[in-house]
Amino acid sequence: MELNARAPAGPIENRWSDHRFHSKLVNPANRRKYRVIVVGSGLAGGAAAATFGEMGYNVSCFCYQDSPRRAHSIAAQGGINAAKNYQNDGDSTYRLFYDTVKGGDFRARESNVYRLAELSVNIIDQCVAQGVPFAREYSGLLANRSFGGAQVARTFYARGQTGQQLLLGAYQALERQIDAGTVKMHPRTEMLDLIVIDGRARGIVTRDLVTGKVEAHVGDVVVLCSGGYGNVFYLSTNAKGCNTTATWRSHRRGALFANPCYTQIHPTCIPQSGDYQSKLTLMSESLRNDGRVWVPKNAADCTKDPASIPESERDYYLERLYPSFGNLVPRDIASRRAKDMCDEGRGVGPEVAGVRRGVYLDFGDAIKRLGRAVVVERYDNLFQMYERITGENPYDVPMRMYPAIHYTMGGLWVDYDLHSTVPGLFVGGEANFSDHGANRLGASALMQGLADGYFILPVTVSNFLASQKAGAVDQNHPGVRQTVAEVEDRINRLLAIKGTRTPDSFHRELGALVWDQCGMARTEAGLKLALEKIPALREEFWSNLAVPGTGLELNQSLERAGRVADFLEFAELMCRDALHRNESAGGHFREEFQTDDGEAKRNDDEFSYVAAWEYTGDLSKPKLNKEPLTFEYVHPSQRSYK
Amino acid sequence: MSRTMSLVLNVWRQKSASAPGKFVRYEAKNVNDHMSFLEMLDVVNEELSAKGEEPIAFDHDCREGICGACGVVIDGVPHGPLGGTTTCQLHMRSFKDGDELTIEPWRAGAFPVVRDLVVNRSAFDRIIQAGGYISLRTGSAPEANSLPIAKVASDSAFDAATCIGCGACVAACPNASAALFTAAKISHLALLPQGEPERQDRARKMVAQMDHEGFGHCTSHGECEAACPKGISIGFIAKMNRELLSAMVTAPNEVKAPK
Repeated sequence: MELNARAPAGPIENRWSDHRFHSKLVNPANRRKYRVIVVGSGLAGGAAAATFGEMGYNVSCFCYQDSPRRAHSIAAQGGINAAKNYQNDGDSTYRLFYDTVKGGDFRARESNVYRLAELSVNIIDQCVAQGVPFAREYSGLLANRSFGGAQVARTFYARGQTGQQLLLGAYQALERQIDAGTVKMHPRTEMLDLIVIDGRARGIVTRDLVTGKVEAHVGDVVVLCSGGYGNVFYLSTNAKGCNTTATWRSHRRGALFANPCYTQIHPTCIPQSGDYQSKLTLMSESLRNDGRVWVPKNAADCTKDPASIPESERDYYLERLYPSFGNLVPRDIASRRAKDMCDEGRGVGPEVAGVRRGVYLDFGDAIKRLGRAVVVERYDNLFQMYERITGENPYDVPMRMYPAIHYTMGGLWVDYDLHSTVPGLFVGGEANFSDHGANRLGASALMQGLADGYFILPVTVSNFLASQKAGAVDQNHPGVRQTVAEVEDRINRLLAIKGTRTPDSFHRELGALVWDQCGMARTEAGLKLALEKIPALREEFWSNLAVPGTGLELNQSLERAGRVADFLEFAELMCRDALHRNESAGGHFREEFQTDDGEAKRNDDEFSYVAAWEYTGDLSKPKLNKEPLTFEYVHPSQRSYK
Repeated sequence: MSRTMSLVLNVWRQKSASAPGKFVRYEAKNVNDHMSFLEMLDVVNEELSAKGEEPIAFDHDCREGICGACGVVIDGVPHGPLGGTTTCQLHMRSFKDGDELTIEPWRAGAFPVVRDLVVNRSAFDRIIQAGGYISLRTGSAPEANSLPIAKVASDSAFDAATCIGCGACVAACPNASAALFTAAKISHLALLPQGEPERQDRARKMVAQMDHEGFGHCTSHGECEAACPKGISIGFIAKMNRELLSAMVTAPNEVKAPK
């Protein structure tokens, strides 16, 4: 398949405005004739659905939660970047663009990243006008902080609840359109398949999670903003319901899946306490601004009370290894160094499966330097959260942290218009692969979700619709009925197995396998092992799954079973992508490919491309398509944060 | 160090909105005190599923106290005994070996039971639809720093805006009033200059919708504040009442009938 990114040429700072000018418009009087289907109500989906509604399109928006306000964007804590340069510290659109391309380890498309940096300033304006209560200085002007891997203070924040406040802004805009009648909201409704007729996306098949009713929704365009696939690892910082079904089912219907091996590990999460653990909780990266990361110099001290370990016996390893960035090195580096310390036997906290997996994040110095009141102002809600979970008070005892899966940079392949390889299917937010390359910088996910939702999709989807006849396919088309029948058949098969293992038990086993073999560090041998085990696990799933109850009721086991079935297929593609990429880049770290200092070693000659996988009908033989990456502005170099 | 314990759970089971419900007794053994309350329910559910019985349905998602999806009444207290927390952030260290607990869904006429511990909270969405927003077209916003907002006002608005919409306030109130939820949104937007133009209309419409949904009136019991996982102050209910009064006195024009 020929992949055309349709990225505009010309000076990079003019590309988006030129592209916007050349994009076709839909006459306001005609917009209501077009039905726009939006899947997901997070920052990307909620913002897009609200904006499409304002423009006058006939929008249907779907989410599996009971209210659009609960989408997982709500859990983002730290902040959102914007190149406002309010702090007069030398920031600019170009610098944000530069940092993001470099932070992504030169595996993102320059045109997309520049547009993201350019739109960042509009997002802040939009959100403030909606009433998002960003932190302010006593002057009444907006406050900023520096955030993971950035040397300028460009992050806007709302205590530790930035995602919540931004999502509520989008949610309120969405509810306004629901009231206005332009958006029809379908909560507790899960997309289970994409309807493709003659190569063109025409709608989706959903299951009503309360009644179990399976039905088709046809439309003129489908916009997926259904989030990432981090829950393939079972334990992650994602919400329990996050899943890859919408993206994976669309992949099986023809959308290419790009860079699935690019997964992000967040360095500061609360360590696992036992095997009953259902999820991991992230502690905002902003904690690294004032907290100092350390482990004991001697393994023998690891079980001691940290207060009894003198300064001289502590190893502040990030400050030691990276004197200029110190505790603020990018996420992938901070994560791998934490793993190294624990692998060396210098981890702290409880032993799980024979290893202490934790490092200290200590606020002792910050409390001395800033005073307790300032620390309370900046971090108190995070400290309270930590104490609720662990029973330890971080004002007295250093926090314990360990990396966990947090975000996935890979996703459905899209061109500059966020249009997938299936005409009529657009993809926004974490569900697409577009802007973060191999590693996402802190405070960039909220920026991307809102840029896609408020500012990009409304332009590019309109451009697409302008050349389409409205309502070309109706509910009774044989292709629609066929897809509904296939979804019903799959649900019935899940219910009919009547085996002995729950969906969760399969999910835990899959998660442990991919975390060990395709997590923070990957090897050829480990990935090959995973590729043998995943199909076997999938086979057992389809012969020994237990789902009590029926399909025609609220059945949470059945919901999970469908999601796990898709993770079991997706996991294989993720490992295959990781195995084929014989280099290390950002979140993809192959032990065979590292520099003498243990940093990721890219191979630009062979791997400077987007790996876009095509479903062939055989899960073991996906077809690789390549979109070459070219860098006109930011020239690839070895990342160095020394 | 962790310790293990055994508990007895009396859980509300109800197959659907129209089916009758009843309490069913379950034993939860080998509960680790580091488990969250929902992880304890997960363990019970895994055992039920393995026996071919239908697991207990409950709403949950982020499991980090921010999405507002979860919430059950434990021994008569929404979100349980700890205070200032959601059910997902309540850990078993708050209980002791041998405890017998009663676990129920939110009880309110405006929140009908969907199944077991799951209720329908869509009334909250409709209250927001009635006016809980600033009418702004995407792309029409002025430069963010063109409107300085005093830090005190901004912080106070934030205190109201932290509401997660879980519904514990309604479940805790003897009248099943949604005053705290509605007041939090009205106050958040009324405290900010951006919310000023629609301030009076918003207060009237949202209160009208709240009443229309069948929530009870506020009689200042204060149970809502005690149950709120985000510690939202009932001072905001007083603020809502002032907003409403001021709106009724100064701008007595028509309000669209609630849906």
